[in-house]
Amino acid sequence: MATYSTNEFKSGLKILMDGDPYAIVENEFVKPGKGQAFNRVKVRNLKTGRVIERTFKSGDTVEAADVVEVEMQYLYSDGDQYYFMDPNSFEQIGASEAAVGDALKWIKEQDVCTLTLWNNEPLTVEPPNFVNLKVTQTDPGVRGDTSGGGGKPATLETGAVVRVPLFIEEGELLKVDTRSGEYVSRVKE
Amino acid sequence: MEPAWRPAARIEQLRQRAELLARVRRFFAERGVWEVDTPQLSATAIADPNIESVAAELAGRRYWLQSSPEAAMKRLLAAGSGSIYQICHAFRGGERGRLHNVEFTLLEWYQVGFDHHALMDEVVDLAAMLLGERPRERMSYREAFLRHAGIDPFALDAEGFAARAAEWDMAVPDLGADIDAWRDLFFSYRVAPALGRGRYSFVDEFPASQAALARLHRDEQGDLVAERFELFIDGIEIANGYHELTDPDEQRQRFRAEAERREIRGEPLPDLDERLLAALAAGLPDCAGVALGLDRLIMLALGAERLDEVMAFPFERA
Repeated sequence: MATYSTNEFKSGLKILMDGDPYAIVENEFVKPGKGQAFNRVKVRNLKTGRVIERTFKSGDTVEAADVVEVEMQYLYSDGDQYYFMDPNSFEQIGASEAAVGDALKWIKEQDVCTLTLWNNEPLTVEPPNFVNLKVTQTDPGVRGDTSGGGGKPATLETGAVVRVPLFIEEGELLKVDTRSGEYVSRVKE
Repeated sequence: MEPAWRPAARIEQLRQRAELLARVRRFFAERGVWEVDTPQLSATAIADPNIESVAAELAGRRYWLQSSPEAAMKRLLAAGSGSIYQICHAFRGGERGRLHNVEFTLLEWYQVGFDHHALMDEVVDLAAMLLGERPRERMSYREAFLRHAGIDPFALDAEGFAARAAEWDMAVPDLGADIDAWRDLFFSYRVAPALGRGRYSFVDEFPASQAALARLHRDEQGDLVAERFELFIDGIEIANGYHELTDPDEQRQRFRAEAERREIRGEPLPDLDERLLAALAAGLPDCAGVALGLDRLIMLALGAERLDEVMAFPFERA
């Protein structure tokens, strides 16, 4: 069982508390000149995303959480689980809808996602930063109309709705930034 | 990110730091307090179990980098130096953060014939010279707790503190029966951050169990308290001073008690500082002394948020 001492604490470190995996967000060293030292940390629960505060006596040890990030290819869903494959070992793994979360809005079969695994169970799925998706529905843009901030909504093949320029037409392939949910450019097929 | 060979602080900040140091030296020159220079590498180390001294191996023997120049300066006082000051580097293992660096600059001085009250006046004069005037206030450790945490630190036992921590949802570790660790925790979290906001706040009359090298007396409530003070500015601890204990037997007892706590915790056990005890036996003049975190004061004077902004090469770049 791997452990970390408080003097190894830094942001990003994965630790186990009360049976849940956490990532350290912020670590503050607190010590009165003549007294006991403490580490006051902000930690994010990797299952719920909730950030809490916790204090440790300096020098205490905490169990390490076996959390790794791996790149895996999205294969398919059977309606219950979402299956991903390690492109090197061809090993497959199922992720729950909760773990896949918002990534669902953006990913298609074959896309390579970043999975955070805890004891080999997926905690979260991150889509690629940029994806190319086809427009399945958008109203025709009116030539010369520059009102409404110069944009209109478009529904993409995964069901996501993004704001696009007026000249975009149904059937076109678009590059989208999944972090901001914003249109980037048209893509030539 | 700056390349690792570069200083962490801007050169302009370091030049201003030098100017502040020159003013500190003038402050003492005008008061007839002279500058001394004592070893940083020494055969003994402080017994305080909360301070981790850094060991240095030399010709098969273990020496220690000093966590404060206190012992050496008291030997000078006992030898008849009169009032003295020192600006030196000190080392404390494991202490690193926004307000800590393993190697840091201490300003330590002793005024012969002063008690802690007279020395507090001088400490705040020095702070005001660098930071400007602010309202000054003094309160006892008990008063500081009552005012800012609503609890009496002498009336609560370890269980009482544990119950408050749970009630206030503080998410803190179980410190068991260690009453002083509980006091430190509550002081660090609830009291200190509220002190010195727009003013110079002194706290004195610390519990006798946190006396270190200070004299003791009974306060109005009949509790044994130490003639020890700390200065807080903007929620940050800046200085720690004592009306110095001069009784060698009492000092030996305190060293032994600290050594015992180290043994229980399985920490390294430096030899008792017999040279300091011999100096006390020869006669330490009645005096008050204070250690001031000069990097922190400079940080505040230059409007910085972190020690690293006023240090050339903090630990990771050293």
